[in-house]
Amino acid sequence: MNLQQAFITQYKDRETSINGQGKTAWHQRRKAAFADFEKLGFPSKKDEEYRYTPITRALEREFTADTLADAPINEALVKELIQSVIPNDVQANQLIFVNGQFQETLSNIISPSDEVKIMPMSQAYQAHSELIEQYFAKQPGIQPDSFVALNTALAQEGLFIHVPKNKVVEAPILTYFISDTTQGTSVATPRNLYIAETGSKVSMVESFHTIGTDASYQNAVSEIWVAPNASVHYTKLQPESTKAYHTGTTEVHQSRDSRFTAVTISLQGAMLRNNLNVALDDEHCETHMYGLYMLNGKTHVDNHTAVDHRKANSFSNELYKGIMDDQSRGVFNGKIYVRQDAQKTNAFQSNANILLTNEASIDTKPQLEIWADDVKCSHGATTGQIDKEQLFYLRTRGVSKEQATAILLRAFAGDVLENIELDFIRTQVEEVIDARLNSNF
Amino acid sequence: MSKDNQILEEFAQSDYKYGFESNIEQESAPKGLNEDTVRFISAKKEEPEWLLEWRLKAYRHWLTLKEPTWHNVSFPDIDYQDIIYYAAPKQKVRPKSLDEVDPELLDTFKRLGISLDEQKRLSGVAVDAVFDSVSVATTFKDKLAKLGIIFCSFSEAVREHPELIRKYIGSVVPAGDNYFAALNSAVFSDGSFCYIPKGVRCPMELSTYFRINAANSGQFERTLIVAEEGSYVSYLEGCTAPMRDENQLHAAVVELYAAKDAEIKYSTVQNWYPGNKEGKGGIYNFVTKRGICAGDHAKISWTQVETGSAITWKYPSCILKGDHSIGEFYSVAVTNNRQQADTGTKMIHIGKNTRSRIVSKGVSGGFSQNSYRGLVKVMKRAEGARNFSQCDSLLMGDQCGAHTFPYIESDNSSAHIEHEATTSKIGEDQIFYCLQRGIDEEDAVALIVNGYCKEVLNQLPMEFAVEAQKLLALTLEGSVG
Amino acid sequence: MIKITDLHARVEEKEILKGINLEVKAGEVHAIMGPNGSGKSTLASVLAGREEFEVTGGSVQYMGQDLLDMAPEERAREGIFLAFQYPVEIPGVSTTNFLKTAVNQIRLHKGQDSLDAVSFLKMMKEKMKLVDIDQSLLSRSLNEGFSGGEKKRNEIFQMAMLEPTLAILDETDSGLDIDALRIVANGVNALRSEDNATIVVTHYQRLLDYIIPDFVHVLYNGQIVKSGTKELAMELEEKGYDWIKETVDVTA
Repeated sequence: MNLQQAFITQYKDRETSINGQGKTAWHQRRKAAFADFEKLGFPSKKDEEYRYTPITRALEREFTADTLADAPINEALVKELIQSVIPNDVQANQLIFVNGQFQETLSNIISPSDEVKIMPMSQAYQAHSELIEQYFAKQPGIQPDSFVALNTALAQEGLFIHVPKNKVVEAPILTYFISDTTQGTSVATPRNLYIAETGSKVSMVESFHTIGTDASYQNAVSEIWVAPNASVHYTKLQPESTKAYHTGTTEVHQSRDSRFTAVTISLQGAMLRNNLNVALDDEHCETHMYGLYMLNGKTHVDNHTAVDHRKANSFSNELYKGIMDDQSRGVFNGKIYVRQDAQKTNAFQSNANILLTNEASIDTKPQLEIWADDVKCSHGATTGQIDKEQLFYLRTRGVSKEQATAILLRAFAGDVLENIELDFIRTQVEEVIDARLNSNF
Repeated sequence: MSKDNQILEEFAQSDYKYGFESNIEQESAPKGLNEDTVRFISAKKEEPEWLLEWRLKAYRHWLTLKEPTWHNVSFPDIDYQDIIYYAAPKQKVRPKSLDEVDPELLDTFKRLGISLDEQKRLSGVAVDAVFDSVSVATTFKDKLAKLGIIFCSFSEAVREHPELIRKYIGSVVPAGDNYFAALNSAVFSDGSFCYIPKGVRCPMELSTYFRINAANSGQFERTLIVAEEGSYVSYLEGCTAPMRDENQLHAAVVELYAAKDAEIKYSTVQNWYPGNKEGKGGIYNFVTKRGICAGDHAKISWTQVETGSAITWKYPSCILKGDHSIGEFYSVAVTNNRQQADTGTKMIHIGKNTRSRIVSKGVSGGFSQNSYRGLVKVMKRAEGARNFSQCDSLLMGDQCGAHTFPYIESDNSSAHIEHEATTSKIGEDQIFYCLQRGIDEEDAVALIVNGYCKEVLNQLPMEFAVEAQKLLALTLEGSVG
Repeated sequence: MIKITDLHARVEEKEILKGINLEVKAGEVHAIMGPNGSGKSTLASVLAGREEFEVTGGSVQYMGQDLLDMAPEERAREGIFLAFQYPVEIPGVSTTNFLKTAVNQIRLHKGQDSLDAVSFLKMMKEKMKLVDIDQSLLSRSLNEGFSGGEKKRNEIFQMAMLEPTLAILDETDSGLDIDALRIVANGVNALRSEDNATIVVTHYQRLLDYIIPDFVHVLYNGQIVKSGTKELAMELEEKGYDWIKETVDVTA
């Protein structure tokens, strides 16, 4: 049985064991998604959206039907990991998922419940059925994607966040999606739903980790609803293992006067694919998208972003930077759509890449699709080496070549890193980068 | 009268002025496509056996291919059996000189502004005139022959220089390269052939003028230019067609071969009939153009001004194989009414220190859709490769679209690639400034657009630059407001 | 030549001109002065026909025609010239080409033959001397990368080429050093005649030392609050705009 069929079987098993939820409208959406997945299948080599990332081949090589079963968890190792990534003095909500399952004992919610509702999706299906009905799988998506369809069909667990009107969530919400492969490969399908009501403000972080040396695969989807005048800051971190595979989609819907910022940092993995789709569905929305992929070894990271300007007077800005070392491979695809109603749109996109070795590669495809005339849109993409003039200048001031290179790369990445909201996370990422810069030269 | 005023005057006129039809007795192949059609064309052209085999092989391969769908244009299915693949003016004997050419044909080209009379023609341009499936006349052949330059119709080249054709045909665009190239390879009718021997700098512009006249016919010309070591040639191509309600297919192939230190400059002003305002009729322009810089320090430069055709699908490309070779692509693509264009280039960097430059200016008006699609690929051994791309889109009106699809693939860390793109509309304050100086709005638009495209237009040889400016103005007529 | 009666204009929802009355006769030079935001540039733009400004009341008679009824290019062809405060840059369009188009369109309008390349060049050479402008500047893209002074000189050069009946100079002096100012003013003076008129819009009195006005009007809060001769300009320079503000705000 190939992987695709295995997932289909898994869905059918779950479908028979379901009780009570089968008639709800959102469950119908799940069924429709399954039909989509059956129709789409995994993306083929010829699929334009996956032309640089042969994820299907990789997944079918690493995972089989047997690997879909829930893997046992080594709690001690998980605890150790959490302690290493969350400093003691950090005031934050922490939510832990291991191999797709919520870990209540390891999690800690500190925000008062009138400020924000935070709970696993498995509870939210009952506790907030009306919100689930209203929001779950309701974003049409800018284009159909097999992995999103599969996720919707299989979704059981993940994080649910609901911020009521005009509430400011003081403590950030940190979620760790951990694959524990110490006792075999791990496959998980986290499905998250974040709703920020009118005038509210919230900051959340998703971090993906793998413990152990076996292969892991997480197929994650986060839906984010940003209501009028609300403000959401979203960070996605991937300090993964070299055996980690990931397909993740963050689907964002913005209403009038809302603000959304995303920062996506990818540091390591086997093959990681991130889709970030933002629909600016009303006027005066503001969107910022930042990304850094700093890759070594054989890591392959593919960032696909799409900004869909549907109404007038909105602003979007995107900055993605890549540093590819060793035999790593970076892929960037950024789409800006400006629909006919979206006059007076300002949309900017920039992608800059540095290749450190001849074995590394980058494929980038910035893309503009514009149907409105009174707009200002631009994109730029560059790939190259460290600027030799700059390097020379630093060396004439007595800095060693290695040190100068590190300084320049750090500065190159800095434009993106400065947008990470939480200090301790920015510091952690910087430490990884610095360690890598020093060890490499 | 000044150059600008001519433009303005043309601008004030309306519609497609090349849309007349010539009443010339034709002979043609029966409608439809099968192996017999291919044999018929080959026989008409008195081709050698190997070329017929080459065509048949291409035809059989074509049968296995599917029409591409990845482009950003849409059109009803083409019925390949409803096309006449060969149409030619009836001529009893092959004319030996211009005196023997049908006067009606000469008159047709005269009305298009192409005089085939060497005495009356600017002495700097040699012309090969292609009417439907055959070349009508080639001027200045003798003068060029003295330098060893071969400039003749493709059919003549097959007869007179079979060894050169056999060596280079399909060497840059293989017969099965893509759907339309395979179709062309099977049924290509005529076109031009240029051969510039080693060390020769061609003293005049070589030019081919393509004219579709016959109804229900397709045009499938094939051009091959070979520039030997250290040679130079500048080649121009122009095209028009009568106004007809049906769509007509044009699937051409152009191959350029530049040896060490050779330079080929290839310019196109494409003005096939674009269809009427509602999108009825017009040419489907599916063209494969590719050049190879085979030797070190070779250079190929494509310049195109695309104003015509209902649909344009073409990507003039450069394979930069020789070290230090250079590829350039300068393009203006203007779409109005219901036109659709998906055009751009591919720059494949294989050799060391290869350089490429892409300047693309898209202008869309009316209900048209205009896409830039380009690939810059740097292979592993292309040390020190450089590319700069600038792709700008100008929108005039709120019903049209501008799209940019650049693919950048780098496998070499020393490569330096820069891509920039912008999309904007004509500035209202720019138009107002012109109005305040007494220039009316349409002229103001023409001025500003010509300015916007200047970097590309400057690449064209003088005679063509004027023509191209007029065309831009004509194409954009009625796009503002 | 031009008679402005009770002119009201607004941009978006904001009323800027609140009843302007002004008559300019052939051969006259009028200066319109006023503090920033008083509506000076708006008046200039409205006369040239900029569409962002909506005329909500009043009338403008120009050479016996209803000016407000005319398109901007018609006004230009009928002899109205606006020297812009901030001339726009038009990449890729050379000044020469641009002017040839404009000159010939205006000639066409007047029923004259268009100029051939030789006569046009001759005319250009003559007029260039007036503002001491360099040939190389004119072959560059219109205003692109020009310094402030070059842009202003180019405006006056264009004015010389187009030979307007009514020239409106919108803050032509701002941003100019005294040498450039002198060159520009000399150009303007050389073009003065019994048949044409000039409206000089300015914030500073300095320009009026070089272009001597017959009348000076002070614009404040959308209305002409004071009119006089060049002595008024001197008085303003001495006492500053606050003096006007005080007198007006007190009487109001």
